[in-house]
Amino acid sequence: MTPQDFRTGDTPLPDIIILTHRLTRVYDMGAEQVHALRGVSVQIRRNEYVAIMGPSGSGKSTLMNLIGCLDTPTAGEYWLNSQKVSELGDDELAHIRNKEIGFVFQTFNLLPRATALHNVELPLIYAGLSARQRREQAATALERVGLGDRMTHKPNELSGGQRQRVAIARALVNNPSILLADEPTGNLDSATSAEIMGLFGDLHSQGQTVLMVTHEQDIAAHAARVVTLHDGLVATDQRRAA
Amino acid sequence: MAWWPPTSAGPPDVPLFEALRLALQTLRTQKLKSSFALIGVFIGVMFLIAAWSIVNGMNLYMTEKFAGTIIGVNTFHLRRRPDFTPNVSDSLWRAWARRPRITFGDARAVAVGIHTPVITAWESSSTRNIEARGREVRDAQVTGATERYFDIKNLRIAQGRAFTAQEARGGALVVVIGYDVVDKLFPDRDPINKEVRIGGRPYRVIGVVERQGKLFGFSLDRFAVAPALSPMQHLVNPPGVVDALIVKAQSLPAMREAMAEAEGIMRSRRHLRPTQDNNFALETSEGVLDFWAGIQRFLFIVGPGIVLIALVVGGIVIMNIMLMAVAERTREIGIRKSLGARRMDILRQFLAESSAIAAAGGGLGVLAGVGLTILLGAATPLPAALSPLSIVLGLTLGTVVGVIAGVYPASRAARLDPIAALRQE
Ligand SMILES: Nc1ncnc2c1ncn2[C@@H]1O[C@H](COP(=O)(O)OP(=O)(O)OP(=O)(O)O)[C@@H](O)[C@H]1O
Ligand SMILES: [Mg+2]
Repeated sequence: MTPQDFRTGDTPLPDIIILTHRLTRVYDMGAEQVHALRGVSVQIRRNEYVAIMGPSGSGKSTLMNLIGCLDTPTAGEYWLNSQKVSELGDDELAHIRNKEIGFVFQTFNLLPRATALHNVELPLIYAGLSARQRREQAATALERVGLGDRMTHKPNELSGGQRQRVAIARALVNNPSILLADEPTGNLDSATSAEIMGLFGDLHSQGQTVLMVTHEQDIAAHAARVVTLHDGLVATDQRRAA
Repeated sequence: MAWWPPTSAGPPDVPLFEALRLALQTLRTQKLKSSFALIGVFIGVMFLIAAWSIVNGMNLYMTEKFAGTIIGVNTFHLRRRPDFTPNVSDSLWRAWARRPRITFGDARAVAVGIHTPVITAWESSSTRNIEARGREVRDAQVTGATERYFDIKNLRIAQGRAFTAQEARGGALVVVIGYDVVDKLFPDRDPINKEVRIGGRPYRVIGVVERQGKLFGFSLDRFAVAPALSPMQHLVNPPGVVDALIVKAQSLPAMREAMAEAEGIMRSRRHLRPTQDNNFALETSEGVLDFWAGIQRFLFIVGPGIVLIALVVGGIVIMNIMLMAVAERTREIGIRKSLGARRMDILRQFLAESSAIAAAGGGLGVLAGVGLTILLGAATPLPAALSPLSIVLGLTLGTVVGVIAGVYPASRAARLDPIAALRQE
């Protein structure tokens, strides 16, 4: 079933992790309305590695925020793991952000006064885990991104690449269905970007579904599939031959 | 805890402990702002406890000591005019001054005429110097009294003895003194059987009254009591006149009965017609206590008012600091929300913070209030007695203020849109 075949009232196939159907997002600016998304339909299967590209202002971040349940669409459907997310309320969205989604931001978004370990523990606090379980799982996640020896460091005691690794560990600590990254290498130099892309590749090969926004061709080249947006619509959707 | 509504479905709530831990962590890192915020509650609670202690202490004093010492339990005084007279108009005062005085004859007739079992004593006082061995106690209270005076006034004899009925009737030159007089005149020797001079006449000291302490800074031990018919009578009153006949009954109803009898005897002695008012006063401790009750009513209106203002101001300060904290930490809130914090989690975090600030302010306020109470008790004549209820109330009020002041900032924080919050620099 392609995005074009999906009709309102259908449910996605079981291996489809993400399905958007004519998703629109209109920002109401009072006098004028900004149509950031104008009917985006995409489907992403389990264990895909997808890059989203497109010119500035084409709606990439808007789409990521909707998929990440940080925002709600103006119209259209959004299904995550066969659950229709576009109809859920605030607390249910928070629950999904906590359990199903790992979000990595361009600006890392770490708590500046907290240690790496505590930053990674945050999602587990809201998952209601005990302090011991939190410590154990957060430590494991930090080891997984190669920061086992930096747990007690605060963000300003870490390099940019290390900060982004902490953010990735935090995104992974709840074993999310999907790892979302909005320009994860946007604030990093090319060597560090390559490291982070290496990490994404490893995670993908371990079975992690990855959806990433980028401006750079060579970063997008790490993904198996590239979706380009143009003016709030899907322009191209290409799979690279493996 | 009661202040957040139960959440519906979803994962278990972040435990309260977690919110408190977060709150304490923030207080640690933001010491200055937090201490500003807790000052208001601190002052309110401190004032509450100190003021309460003073009212409480005054109350104990008034009901137990003051009323008891000045007039006595189940006791009334027959006088020309009331002795304890706050707020009396000039015209009433002049009318009182025209009344005939209580004479020895009045006092004897009433003491003999009351059939209800009572004990009675004469009392007439003035201030005079007491001298001995070249030393003197200036302006001591000197009293001419009869032998039951000590029983009625609850003045226990610490050394020696009180004077006897014969000494009282015979006007013997003996005297019972208070400890201030002993300390001043006989600091290094036994005062019994020593001579003191009052109004130029020598008296033999036969007894010393137990130490009485102070009342509003005035010593209650600076006195001498001699028989009413001794030459003391010429120092304290015109000839043949007493200040008061004190009558003590065994119970309140007995006292009322005795009062009615005394009134009848006096009215007939003075030939008052039924339409005429009494031209003498029968005074009980109720008058004193009524007066105190009036002051207390005033304090109970003004005191809570001041406490309330301090707490409201404290609450407003906390609210503003919390609003600043929310504005400053918008990004943190966005991060937490993006990681799955629900409104309730954020609300709880900020409420825990404001309550922790207020509770800390309240706790310190209690300590300071207790300290102030002790200080006031030691350094001023004001009697102060700590009330445990005020401590509980202070802590509770402080915390409640914190919760109330936190509600608005916390709900602002909880309602923040995660994306907008994340975008904040
Ligand atoms: N909160 C907002 N309020 C109003 N307009 C917005 C808001 N967020 C985004 N927009 C507008 O929506 C459009 C899409 O923005 P979006 O951030 O999704 O673009 P983008 O593809 O991520 O761009 P970039 O590559 O520069 O990050 C833009 O025209 C933008 O100005
Ligand atoms: Mg963007």
